[in-house]
Amino acid sequence: MAKPKLKQHLINRDWCKGCGICVELCPKQVLELDDKDKVIAARPEDCIACKLCEIRCPDLAIEIETE
Amino acid sequence: MAIKDYIRQRFFPHMWCPGCGHGTVLNSLLRSVESLGMSKNEIVMVSGIGCSARISGYVDFHSLHTLHGRALAFATGVKLAKPELNVIVPMGDGDALAIGGNHFIHAARRNIDITALVLNNRIYGMTGGQFSPLSGIGTMATTSPYTSIDREFDVVEMATAAGATFVARSTTYHAKQCTDLIKQAILHEGFSVVEILSQCPTHYGRKNKKGDAVEMMKGYKENTTPKGSKAKQENRDLIERGVFVQEELPEYCSEYDKIIAKAQKG
Repeated sequence: MAKPKLKQHLINRDWCKGCGICVELCPKQVLELDDKDKVIAARPEDCIACKLCEIRCPDLAIEIETE
Repeated sequence: MAIKDYIRQRFFPHMWCPGCGHGTVLNSLLRSVESLGMSKNEIVMVSGIGCSARISGYVDFHSLHTLHGRALAFATGVKLAKPELNVIVPMGDGDALAIGGNHFIHAARRNIDITALVLNNRIYGMTGGQFSPLSGIGTMATTSPYTSIDREFDVVEMATAAGATFVARSTTYHAKQCTDLIKQAILHEGFSVVEILSQCPTHYGRKNKKGDAVEMMKGYKENTTPKGSKAKQENRDLIERGVFVQEELPEYCSEYDKIIAKAQKG
C-alpha cells in the first residue's frame, strides 16, 4: 500500500482552543500556534500524514486530507 | 459516514476546557463507531452527571442525560426494553465508582450487554476539583488541601471482580489503542468496561503540579506499559494498558428472554 500523501490540513479555527496537543505531539513539528493561539500548519511540506494530530485533537478541530 | 456526521455540530465548540482529555475520548469513540459502520439510529448513549456525561449531548445518537451515578440503571432499562440497540455509557470516575459504585458492580455482575466507558481524570472537574475514589493517596484537591489519605480503586480489578466479561484500559495519549478497545468493547456481547485515563489540566493538573495537557499526556506515555510487558516486572508502579478480561458468558437480556419463554409455556 502506498503511503498516504498530504493534500492539506483542514483546521477549524472556531473549534480550536489552542491547547497545543497537536503541536507538541506532532512527530515532524509541522504545526504551530499563531498569535491568536490557533493552530496553523507552518511546515506542511514536512507532514507525513500520520494523523496523530487528528486522532488526538480534543476539539475535533484538525483533519488531514490526503490524496 | 465521516466522523463529523455523528456529532451535533451546532453545540460545538464544546464546553470542555482547552486540552481536556474527554474531547480525545469523544474523538476515539466517534472513530470506533465510524469504523464499525454503525448507524446513528442503532446507538443509545446514556450518561449521568459530570464533565464526561456531556458527551451524550454532543453525539447525534439517541441520547439520555440522566441522574448522577445512575446512568447504568437507566441504561439497563433501555437495554432490556430494546435489546437490539447498542447502549454506550460514558462515565467519569466519580460518577461510575463513587455515586454509581453500586450500579456499576451490579451491572457487571449481571453481564448485561452495555459498553461502559470510565473516563478517569482522578478528580471531580465540573464541581470545582474535589477528590474522587480514584484520586489516590497524596492527591491535592480542593477538598484535600493537605493531600488525600484515601486509597484509590483499581477500575480494572474492580470490574473484573464484579464479573464484567470485557475489561480493558488505555489513555488519551494512546488514542489509536483507545479507538481499537472501544470497538472491541462495543462488539463484545456482555458487560464491557473500558477505563480511559484522561487528563484534567484545569483541576487535577494545576493542583498536583502535573503541567499542562501536553505534559499530562506525555506522563501517560511514561507511566503506562502494555499488559504483560517486561517493564512492568521491573517497575511495579507502571500502569498496564490493554485487554485484561475477555470471556463469553450468558448475557442478561438473552437469559431474560429464556425466562419469558419458560413462563409463557405455563
